[in-house]
Amino acid sequence: MSTTTKNEVLLQADRLTRRFGGLVANQDISVTLERQMIHVLLGPNGAGKSTCINMLSGDLPPSEGRIHYLGKDITALTAAQRSQVGIGRSYQRTNIFPQFTVLENVRLAAQSRRQQPWSLFTKAMEQKWALDKARACIEEAGLGKRVDWVSGVLSHGEQRQLEIAMVLSTDAQVLLLDEPLAGMGSEESASMVEVLKRLRQTRGILLVEHDMDAVFAVADMITVMVNGQLLECGPPAQIKASVAVQQAYLGTEDSFHV
Amino acid sequence: MNANASLIPKLVALAIVACVPLSGESFYIEIVGKVLVMAIFAMSLDLLVGFTGLVSFGHAAYFGIAAYAVAILSPEYEAASLWYVLPASVGLSALAAFVIGLFVLRTKGIYFIMVTLAFAQMAYFIFHDTPLGGGSDGKYLNNKPSASIFGWEPFDLTNEVHMFYFILAVLVLVYLFLARVLQSPFGRVLVGIKSNEHRMQSLGYLTFRYKLGAFTLAGALGGLAGFLYAVLFGFVTPELLSWHESGNVLLMVILGGMGNLAGAIAGAFAFEAMREIFADITKYWQLLMGGVIVAVVLFLPGGLAGVPGRIKRALQGGEAK
Repeated sequence: MSTTTKNEVLLQADRLTRRFGGLVANQDISVTLERQMIHVLLGPNGAGKSTCINMLSGDLPPSEGRIHYLGKDITALTAAQRSQVGIGRSYQRTNIFPQFTVLENVRLAAQSRRQQPWSLFTKAMEQKWALDKARACIEEAGLGKRVDWVSGVLSHGEQRQLEIAMVLSTDAQVLLLDEPLAGMGSEESASMVEVLKRLRQTRGILLVEHDMDAVFAVADMITVMVNGQLLECGPPAQIKASVAVQQAYLGTEDSFHV
Repeated sequence: MNANASLIPKLVALAIVACVPLSGESFYIEIVGKVLVMAIFAMSLDLLVGFTGLVSFGHAAYFGIAAYAVAILSPEYEAASLWYVLPASVGLSALAAFVIGLFVLRTKGIYFIMVTLAFAQMAYFIFHDTPLGGGSDGKYLNNKPSASIFGWEPFDLTNEVHMFYFILAVLVLVYLFLARVLQSPFGRVLVGIKSNEHRMQSLGYLTFRYKLGAFTLAGALGGLAGFLYAVLFGFVTPELLSWHESGNVLLMVILGGMGNLAGAIAGAFAFEAMREIFADITKYWQLLMGGVIVAVVLFLPGGLAGVPGRIKRALQGGEAK
């Protein structure tokens, strides 16, 4: 990936630390995300990956450290404000509006870009721009056949795709995806990997993931965390070859036979 | 949801209610008029409870504030202009809801329930214990507001039939207004907040503002109901703001089925009808009422609004979904 070095830096986190009482969940974690790049946060359970992504999305304020988006300091912004500047996220546990249709889920997400709370007499379903955008994003996330389904009845994998469609419709340049492949079958997983690769072309993606095959299939950069600390950061080949990573993270398992 | 399919039963119900004044019986005209007022009140609360997911246990405050406002703003020996006291009292309720909303909407769940109740109790004591409200006896509205515009009088609220149709017209307008608002981008955000507020925030919605808008609007419409109540009966008491009233209107919404405007209206009718019927049977009518409410919650989770759907499904052979 020689071209990635030339890419624009979208998100930069410097020495993020988060304490919960006496527990240090994240210590001095620095992460850089560039456009056209998939950056994977890897680590065993309890390594602090979710804490890290929560700080990046604004769901959790860091105890120390700064976060910059396109050069601007966004550390003090709330989750809603970060969404407005261009950082979208999906959650580990599927987080949709289950009683709405797929279209309405995504339309509501799209509507967040042009909020007109005072226009009480406009019909939301007649706002063409939001509907068009929603349809396009549903297509981009690979859910085109499910537009009118009630989202609660979709398969698990499809619901994850729906989350991605929702994030896309907010014009997010940075996608923070918390375990987008969790609980997916191999077929669903493969199609999600395709979706991620497609999305990478114009955006930056930071994802937390356990599925090793998928991680090495999509990652341009991997940051390995252990016990809230940053162990190693580098391209997949470097991580694969790293003795420290193998000892700390993979030593007990044989899942590293990619 | 399927607005067209259920339009006919709604119109039939409206037509039946519209025929009540033909009976010529003042008792019925007044009591049905009161139920219509409570139905407006219940719809206003349903905007919060059923559509935004905000369980307010102090909604009687806004009803009572507007009711007192008419009584206080009207001169003692002549009629006030409807076109002044109506917007003024509704506006005062909206203002109170806006200010109280600034505080209570920072809390969630059980705390929200308790703080809304606390503010309503404060409003209760303001009218109960200060010179403003006239103590526990309340206050009379000696002259009902006059609807005259530059000498022309389109209707006369001292006439019980006119009053009845005025209330009915307001009910229909409030229903149509809320139905429309719920389809607007604003309304869709409220429903999204009810479903998953955290998700709405991560999508970039400043949900506090939307909730404050809903709380203010609900307070204004609750105030509209309180205004009509005061004009209908010609007097107000602090009991209008008591927590019993907040509880009663909540029960109407639950009985009717939360998140359904027609359900809120049906809930108000069912509640008031049961109150009349059970009170005739026994002085322990509240026991019977409690039993019915428990039964509805257990066996009709969707409330009365869910009944047509159940019948339809039963007729179609019990198909799920």
